[in-house]
Amino acid sequence: MNVIAEPRPAVSTRPAPPAPYGMLAELTHRCPLQCPYCSNPVELDRRNVELDTETWLRVFSEAARLGVLQVHLSGGEPTARRDLEAMIRHCVEVGLYTNLITAGVGLTPERLAAISEAGIDHVQLSFQGADAAMTDHVSNFKGAHERKLAVAREVRRLGLPLTVNSVVHRANIEQIPAFIELALELGAKRIEIAHAQYYGWALRNRQALMPTREQVFRALDVVEEARVRLKGRLTIDAVVPDYYARYPKPCMNGWGRQSLNVTPSGKVLPCHAAETIPSLEFWNVREHSLQEIWVESPAFNAFRGTDWMPELCRSCERKEIDWGGCRCQAMAIAGDAAETDPACHKSPLHAHLLALAEEDSHSRVNGYDYRRYLTERDQ
Amino acid sequence: MTVIPATAVPRLVRGVRLRHDEARGQWVLLAPERVLNPDPVAVEILKKVDGTRSVEVIIDELVSAFTVDRERVASDVDAFLAGLKEKGLIETMPSPIGDAAS
Repeated sequence: MNVIAEPRPAVSTRPAPPAPYGMLAELTHRCPLQCPYCSNPVELDRRNVELDTETWLRVFSEAARLGVLQVHLSGGEPTARRDLEAMIRHCVEVGLYTNLITAGVGLTPERLAAISEAGIDHVQLSFQGADAAMTDHVSNFKGAHERKLAVAREVRRLGLPLTVNSVVHRANIEQIPAFIELALELGAKRIEIAHAQYYGWALRNRQALMPTREQVFRALDVVEEARVRLKGRLTIDAVVPDYYARYPKPCMNGWGRQSLNVTPSGKVLPCHAAETIPSLEFWNVREHSLQEIWVESPAFNAFRGTDWMPELCRSCERKEIDWGGCRCQAMAIAGDAAETDPACHKSPLHAHLLALAEEDSHSRVNGYDYRRYLTERDQ
Repeated sequence: MTVIPATAVPRLVRGVRLRHDEARGQWVLLAPERVLNPDPVAVEILKKVDGTRSVEVIIDELVSAFTVDRERVASDVDAFLAGLKEKGLIETMPSPIGDAAS
């Protein structure tokens, strides 16, 4: 492809990256729940900096042109945006597959019917626990579980495909069989069992969230057994707990390789935790097209491919399997985003990471520092 | 494997869409958190899975479009559709909606 207008050696010598498949659109950081492992940054965007409808519609058009196939409408709680239906209709018009990622608690049957009518393709509903006591405790929202059950039934009544999304950690990891039963009972065809990932809010709450090694290995067995038993009835997708792993997770299947993430205020990130890396320069959709950002922005090119890798990764036969693991974890644990992910057993910090996990998993701290806006300024 | 009757009418379930992906010059089948790349034969079958054509009509049309042996096409289509149904990507209705006589 020939797109070079002005001399920019750092960029023009690089082949254009393949187009992304998926885009996570974080429409807002507003959310009625306060989950202590929320994937949003610790510094949340306020309502007055959120992109307006028109800008989001342009971003969706640009995403479709760029080659994005699936858009994940997320947040915060995406249904807090009154213009959600307009966005869904637009996505359908430009050919994007739309996935709603919701906590469900504020969702009335009327609103859900409007969302369905607008053309949503798939609904992913979070459950913080497999029962009311756990869901309400983890989300810090009394009555959340009951409301979610009602939303799940409504989703199925409308004929929409449902995924149950559960994040597991020390307090609820024993509920995995119950989560699976819940998914079957609600008529979900798919469940995501995602171990909490320790960045941002979860890193703050690691002492209270980290499961023990025994819990993690038992959980892996439980999931494997259920996968075999429920083949054809329920798809189980698992996000692995990497603190106890031998190899790191291939984060995002490689930095800037398949997907991108747009924040409520319009910053475009290679992954939702990327803002924890202070040296990165993110571009904003208010100033650049998505295409420009994907191809040229410094943040996307920082860890794309394998050239950035330290020797340990570059000489590894798994470099294009693990893609060096997770940059945000290298930042959080090694203090340098360009280091080998300490989750890899070859990392000199691997034993240190394991020791952190072991120590936190036996911590007596069980109370959460719940996700919230840290200062009470506007609204 | 489930056998789908020749008169049954298959359609993609809600949440599954077939579209042409211009950026990559290929057809894709989109499903929850999945992007599938059907091969050229599968694409020709999928294009006809529209909730109006029965299995036998799909087979007839493929036979006349590609002048191939009917038995061969029928077994390919049957196996492919049975696989899609098993994966929950299509559902089947006993006969066309509305104009069952036509």
